[in-house]
Amino acid sequence: MEKSKISDPFKKARLEKGIGEMNDQNDPVTMVLGHKDVRKCAHNWKTFQSGGEEVGRIVVPSEVHIRDTRQIPFEVDPPEHKGYRDIVEPWFKRPLEAKYQENLSQIINNVVDEALSKETIEVVEEFALKLQSRALTILLNVPPEKADLWISWGTHVFRSEDTALDSSKANILYDYIDAELDKAIANPGNDLYSVLLASENNGTKLTKEEAKGVMILTFAGGRDTVINAVTNSIAYFAEHPQALERLRDEPEIMNTAIEELIRYFSPLTQMGRVVTEDTQVCEHALKAQSRISMCWASANRDERVFEKANEVVLDRKVNPHVAFGFGTHNCLGATHARQIMRILLTVLTQKVKSMEILDCEENIENLDEFKRKVGFDSIQVKFNKL
Amino acid sequence: MAKITFITSDGNTTIVEGSTGSVMELAVQNKIKGIDGDCGGVCSCATCHVHVNPEQWDKTGAPDELENDMLEFDDNVSEYSRLSCQMKVSEDLDGLILTVAK
Ligand code: FES
Repeated sequence: MEKSKISDPFKKARLEKGIGEMNDQNDPVTMVLGHKDVRKCAHNWKTFQSGGEEVGRIVVPSEVHIRDTRQIPFEVDPPEHKGYRDIVEPWFKRPLEAKYQENLSQIINNVVDEALSKETIEVVEEFALKLQSRALTILLNVPPEKADLWISWGTHVFRSEDTALDSSKANILYDYIDAELDKAIANPGNDLYSVLLASENNGTKLTKEEAKGVMILTFAGGRDTVINAVTNSIAYFAEHPQALERLRDEPEIMNTAIEELIRYFSPLTQMGRVVTEDTQVCEHALKAQSRISMCWASANRDERVFEKANEVVLDRKVNPHVAFGFGTHNCLGATHARQIMRILLTVLTQKVKSMEILDCEENIENLDEFKRKVGFDSIQVKFNKL
Repeated sequence: MAKITFITSDGNTTIVEGSTGSVMELAVQNKIKGIDGDCGGVCSCATCHVHVNPEQWDKTGAPDELENDMLEFDDNVSEYSRLSCQMKVSEDLDGLILTVAK
């Protein structure tokens, strides 16, 4: 039962100090660990800013040195934030439409069928990455073949194996988006690129740079996170066949099960903010211009909020997790992610009897004081038909 | 059966009827504007926030602690705020009037 376990390395620091410290490229981060403090900071966008001058600084590890394009609406604060969010929000709610779900279901059925047809499969590259990339073509409303190139980039397109950030790798994505935007300018269609370029914010058309900011966010924000959620789900159900059995018998717990798995996995460990004025959190002084992060993964294990916080309780009814963030900047892709989880779990209950983990290598994030498992670098699994 | 009235931000009034599930689910089924129910009712998204008609506060009762913590950080919170996913549809709620929070 150990391989699918995601432990909580923050417990001691959360209870004793409420914060952790992490050095990130000489730009230290005070990690906020408690559920209540995390929500308080996320709510207070004036003191804990996303839209500061230095683009990329709220991401941990910082992307200041590898990115100049502002991600939108992510790195814009109110009141401007609202104009952008209103533009993209309806598009990112499309996963609620029946047609969208049908297409997504087709994709997920295909990857599951492929896994069942093979002797064994490496789930990160051959299952989760494919699923995530193909699902993204639906979110962007582009032809399915577009996913082939994204899949060929591998899982390390934004990070190289040894250094956390690699600008030459990041540029592959930025150049690709530039080229796709140019095509959409020349030949507008019904895809997200074209829709953004035709959108207006307060009566002015979005610039190419602004559209690029939304596209980078869409590609980057939904890649590792979805891959981790999918891979961790496979690992969890491989080690807990009775949980898969239960979902088969009680489909009515599907919603609570999804939210619980997302809480437990917390595919995005943390997100940063820049402090705009001298203040404090948990009696810890913070200087203006320093950085904090809201550690979603720690907040989601806060024993003051969640009973049996380190257990997966599939029918947890009240589950105020912050795995999709909280407040103004909550996750734009959450509707898409939730549909992926819903359909994946449904297809697994329909087609898969059991799964076995044959071999795996964990993906451990090094957060100085803490080491956190966020998923797997690779995991070899055998899928057995129902 | 309970009849519940929703007043939405555009000033429209819709009366819906239900007997099971949560008030949020009833609102979503009836496409009440402003009730999204993103988290499906686990008290994690606050997209189901309503203001209860003050005279009927006894009918619904006050939020419990976790619900209250969630509401605390909502910009449009009032003394009569509830998350509609945390209210069960039952006879007791018959005649309830809810204003959807912005
Ligand atoms: S539906 Fe998400 S909190 Fe009520």
